[in-house]
Amino acid sequence: MTLLDQFQLILKTAGWPDWAVYLTPAIVGILIIIIFVLTVVIVFIWWERRLISRFQIRLGPNRCGPEGILQPIATAIKILLKEDIVPEKADKLIHFIAPVTVFVPILLIFAVVPFGDGAILVDLNVGIIYVIAISSISVIGIFMAAWGSGNKYSYISGMRSIAQMVSYEIPVVLSIVGIALVTGSFSMLKIVEAQSIPFILLQPLGFLIFFLGSLAEMNRSPFDLLEADSEIVAGYHIEYSGMKFAMFYLGEYGVALAYSGIITTLFLSGWQGPLLPPVLWFIIKVMLVFSAIIWMRATLPRLRVDQLMSFAWKFLLPMAVINLLLVAIEVLVLPAGLQWVMVILNFGLAAVLILLWSKLFTLGGGRVEV
Amino acid sequence: MKFERYGIGIAKGMALTLKHLFRAPITVQYPDEKLSISRRTRGNELVWFPEKCTGCGTCTKACLQGNIILVTHRGEESKFIVDKFELDSGRCIFCGLCVESCPYNALAMGLNYECAKYSRKDLVLSKEKLSVSSDHQPSAYFRPQFDDQLPDQSLLLYNREKGGQKLNFLPLSKRKRGPGA
Repeated sequence: MTLLDQFQLILKTAGWPDWAVYLTPAIVGILIIIIFVLTVVIVFIWWERRLISRFQIRLGPNRCGPEGILQPIATAIKILLKEDIVPEKADKLIHFIAPVTVFVPILLIFAVVPFGDGAILVDLNVGIIYVIAISSISVIGIFMAAWGSGNKYSYISGMRSIAQMVSYEIPVVLSIVGIALVTGSFSMLKIVEAQSIPFILLQPLGFLIFFLGSLAEMNRSPFDLLEADSEIVAGYHIEYSGMKFAMFYLGEYGVALAYSGIITTLFLSGWQGPLLPPVLWFIIKVMLVFSAIIWMRATLPRLRVDQLMSFAWKFLLPMAVINLLLVAIEVLVLPAGLQWVMVILNFGLAAVLILLWSKLFTLGGGRVEV
Repeated sequence: MKFERYGIGIAKGMALTLKHLFRAPITVQYPDEKLSISRRTRGNELVWFPEKCTGCGTCTKACLQGNIILVTHRGEESKFIVDKFELDSGRCIFCGLCVESCPYNALAMGLNYECAKYSRKDLVLSKEKLSVSSDHQPSAYFRPQFDDQLPDQSLLLYNREKGGQKLNFLPLSKRKRGPGA
């Protein structure tokens, strides 16, 4: 029973009409989630700028407000005041719709992210499938932006985004199936409740595949080919300014927040944790995941296109299939009480598999480079 | 068996960037913290010593821009008395030829580098503004006699004995980082 259902029950016993019983909790919940997302996105922007500058032995923005926390707000005001430019060669309608098409699906993901025990907007029984389905829509938005801009750089970026997103969707979904096998459910709440041991220990290989795949899904470094500043200027949002650009910018960090939340839910036992309240545990874990993402951005150079594609198809996909097979066998053979045996077994198998598969992993011309 | 191709290289790189988190930032928070620049810099604005100047006008002839305006009249014992010594620092290219040409050591380059003004009128510097004051010090360019009075250049990395600092594992707080760095 989620908090939303309890709210509905309270209103029903208070004698509200049916439509109000249905609508009021939904609107309140949606508002809370939108406010939460926008606040955390602002904190994320600040946190990324501060942390990446520490990785680069700088201090980062520290003027505006205490420790520079108001800097993203100042940036947001600056962006809002800018002129909204539509290029002459643009496909005006598509150029207009694209930012919304990118941003709205990202907000929709948060409907099934559990922030605490029962603190979820809708507990869908196909929650994680819903996430995969919805997050794919923003690819269309990105391609619309790329096509509608009438710019060759943004068009290259759009083509890259399609190739990248479609390729990395497959290993991501396959690694989720491994979790569904252990849990026996696609519901996000049930997945969290099933994690007496976090699934990062139970399925290290699955976590690795999902983490790298979702990095590519959210277009973060080292998979940020579609925004590669040094090659194609700014990629798909090259012709956007003002509020429309802000939508892309928010969407970029919104999807980072969404995927951090999903990684937390699927692999880091979600809101579960001792002492602190569940929501706080959730936020701490999300920040940890996001910090790891920033750490990767600070370290790794951008992949080439051929490296990107071969990493998805020749490395992640076979590993995901093997991982799925192994988890299926373990679930079938091992009795339910022996989860710690599964942990040790899976860590060993992951190490052996990565070593063996790396030997087979070649790029064009038989060169081995990773 | 080479381990470089199994992601060990990536792990090494990640460890390296993680170490950077515990290093003090090398950037200088400019308006709050300032490094002292080279002693022999050709800084902005000439420094003019009125007691040494004889009004001979060598500097005005040496100036490529024709930028120094010098007006004098004959005083007692037929010495020149300087009425006007003006420099438009907006047109000055800081070549230092006037300083090098001065036969009486009456001119020096300045040590200052923060000379932005709100209007072009302020860029024209009169006698009074060109004289030595607390924020208008001469640099040792072509005037090595000033060398001893000036602070050493603070390079963050190397000049540790002379005020520079060790980079590794310093605390972040500004109080502990010390002045000028």
